[in-house]
Amino acid sequence: MLTILFDGIAYGMLLFVLAVGLSVTMGLMNFINLAHGAFAMTGGYVTVLLMQRMDVPFLLCLPAAFISTAVLGVIFERTLYRHMYHRSHLDQVLFSIGLTFMSVASMTYAMSSSQQIIQLPEWLKGRTEIGEGTWVLGMGHYRIFLIVICALLAWGLQAILTHSRFGSRLRASVDDQRVAAGLGINVNGIFMITFAAGSGLAGLGGALGIEVLGLDPSFPLKYLIYFLIVVAVGGTSSITGPLFAALLLGIADVAGKYYIPQMGAFIVYTLMIVILLWRPHGLFERKGGK
Amino acid sequence: MKTCNILRLAALTSSLIFSAGAIAADSFKIGLILPMTGQQASTGRQEEAAARLYMAQHGDTVAGRKIELIVKDDTTVPDMTKRLAQELIVNDKVNVIAGFGITPSAMATAPLATQSKTPMVVTAAATSSITEASPYVVRTSFTLAQASVSVANWAGKNKISKVITLVSDYGPGKDAEKYFSQTFTANGGQIVESLRVPLMNPDFAPFLQKVRDAKPDALFVFVPSGSGASLMKQFIERGMDKAGIKLIATGDVTDDDQLNGMGDGALGVVTGHHYSAAHPSKMNKDFVKAFEKANNGMRPNFMAVAAYDGMHVIYEALKATKGEGDGDALVTAMKGMKFESPRGPISIDPDTRDIVQNIYMRKVEKQHGQLYNIEFDVLKDVKDPGKTK
Repeated sequence: MLTILFDGIAYGMLLFVLAVGLSVTMGLMNFINLAHGAFAMTGGYVTVLLMQRMDVPFLLCLPAAFISTAVLGVIFERTLYRHMYHRSHLDQVLFSIGLTFMSVASMTYAMSSSQQIIQLPEWLKGRTEIGEGTWVLGMGHYRIFLIVICALLAWGLQAILTHSRFGSRLRASVDDQRVAAGLGINVNGIFMITFAAGSGLAGLGGALGIEVLGLDPSFPLKYLIYFLIVVAVGGTSSITGPLFAALLLGIADVAGKYYIPQMGAFIVYTLMIVILLWRPHGLFERKGGK
Repeated sequence: MKTCNILRLAALTSSLIFSAGAIAADSFKIGLILPMTGQQASTGRQEEAAARLYMAQHGDTVAGRKIELIVKDDTTVPDMTKRLAQELIVNDKVNVIAGFGITPSAMATAPLATQSKTPMVVTAAATSSITEASPYVVRTSFTLAQASVSVANWAGKNKISKVITLVSDYGPGKDAEKYFSQTFTANGGQIVESLRVPLMNPDFAPFLQKVRDAKPDALFVFVPSGSGASLMKQFIERGMDKAGIKLIATGDVTDDDQLNGMGDGALGVVTGHHYSAAHPSKMNKDFVKAFEKANNGMRPNFMAVAAYDGMHVIYEALKATKGEGDGDALVTAMKGMKFESPRGPISIDPDTRDIVQNIYMRKVEKQHGQLYNIEFDVLKDVKDPGKTK
C-alpha cells in the first residue's frame, strides 16, 4: 500500500513539473498556451538526441533540456506569443493548438514517430525495499530521484515567487500591468523571463518523463488533458495549488488503477468533475487578482 | 495546309492518349494502406520497406503486367482507412488492397472489399474475426489466438501453474486474454487475475505493482508493438524478475524493431511468435541482410515479413491467373497457396483464408552484441484456433 502511495507521489511530482509552467502562463500572464506540451516534448527529444547520438550523461542532459527549451521559449515569445497577449482567449487557443499540431508533424518528420528509449545510468535503475507484509515500501531509485528533484523545484519556485524582488515584480505586473509599468517595472521583460522559465520547466519535465510516460511525437496531445486538469483543479494563483492538485491526481490515478483496474483511466476524470463541481475555480481560489 | 497540320496534331494527340490508356489498363495496381504516422507508425515503416524490397528483388512485371504499388497513410484512423480504400478502388481502380495496421481499420474496410469484389490482403491486423468479415480477405500476418494458445501450452508444460494476464484494452488484447486463459486453464493452470490496461497510457506502474503483490508464477502480456519497450523497462524497474515472476508474452512485446533498445533486462524473456529476425534459415538470413542494407540497418520485424509474404501471395496469384486481375479468380488462387517464407513454411488455409504457420517459442539472448529472439521450440502448422466456424 505504501508502495502505491509512493508511486502516486512520484507520478504526481512529474505531472507538477510538466504542468507548472502552464499554470504560470495561464494564471500570471492570463495567456492560454495549449502548446505547452510541445515544449515538454522538445525537452524530451533534446535529451534523447544528446544521450543516443553524443553519449552525454543523463544528469547533464537535464539542465540542457531546461536551457534549450527556455531559449526556444524566449524566441517564440518574442516572435509569436507577444502579439497574442491582448487577443481574445479563443484566438490564443486556436493559435497555440495550431502550434501544437505543427510541432507534432515536424517532430514526426524529423525523428520518426516511434517511441524513443533511453538507458538510465546504473545507479538510477535499482530498487530498495523497506518493511514487510502489507506495509512494505518498494521504491524504484528513479522514482526517488524524481520526487527529490521535483520537491526541490517546487520549494525553489515558491521561494522565488514569494520572497524575491523578481517575484514581487512579477506579481505586481500580473495584478495591474499599467500601474506596474508606471512604477518603472519592465513588464515585457518580466513576462519574457517568466515564459522562458515556464517553457524550460516543461522541457525538464519532458526529459524526466521519458522513462515513465514514454516519448513520441504525439506527446503534446496525449498529455495536454492531464496538464489542463492539474491547472483547472489546482487553480492558478500559486505554486502550491498545482503542486497539491498534481499530487492528488497522481495518487488517485495510480491507486485507482491498482484497486479498481476495470475503471482504469476514468478515475482521474471523475475526480476532476467532483472537485470542479465542489469548487468551480479550483482548490485554491485566487482573490483580488485580475 | 494549316488545317491539315492541326488535324494531324489532333490525330497524334488522340493516339497518344489512347496508347497511354492502353498502358494503364495493362498495369496491375496494388493499394497498400498503412499507418505511416501515429501510434502504429513503425508498422507502416516496416511494411512499406518490405513490400518495396520484394518488388526490387522479384521485378515489377508479372505475367506480362506491370505492378504498380500505391502507398497511402491512414494515420491509424479507421475512418481514414475506409475512405482511402474507397478512393483506391473507385478512382485508382486498384486490383488488390493490402496493409491494414490495426483491427478496426481492417473491419471498417472489409465491406468495401465484398461490394467491389477486390481481394484484401491483411498484412498486419491480428484479430481472428477479420477473415470472417469478408470472403475477399486473405491474411498473411498472424492471429493473436495462434500466438497466445502456443504460449499457454508451453507454460503448462514448464511448471508454470499460476498466471496473471495483462493486456491492452482493445480487440486484439481481449483475443489474447481469452485464448490464453482458455488453453491455460484447460491444461490445469490457474488464472489469478485478468488485468486490462488502457491503450493510451504507458505508465504500467500500478498494474505491475498489483501483479507483484499477487506473486503469480508468471505474467502473460500482450501490448501492441511499440508499447513493449516501456512495459519491459518498468517490469525490470519494479524488480519483478527478482521476485521470481516470469514474463511470458506474445512476440509483440519483444518486437525486433525495438528489442535492442530495451537493454539487458530483456534477456531471458520467453515469447511465442511466428517470426524472429534470428530465424536460422538461409532464406531468412538473405532477407534480413537485404532488408537491413536497403533500410539503413533497420532490422525487419514480424510486420515486415507479413508484408513481404503478402506481396508474394499477390504475385503468385497473378501468375496463377495468367495475368487476369479478376477479384474472385485471385482469391481462389490464393486459397491453399503453400510456400517458404523467411519465417519458415506457411500456407493459406483454403477454408478460412487465414494463415497457417509454425509458432516458435523464443528466448531473448545476446548474439554478436545484439539482443535477438532465439528460437528454441516450435509448434508446427498452427491453424488459427480462434475461428468460430
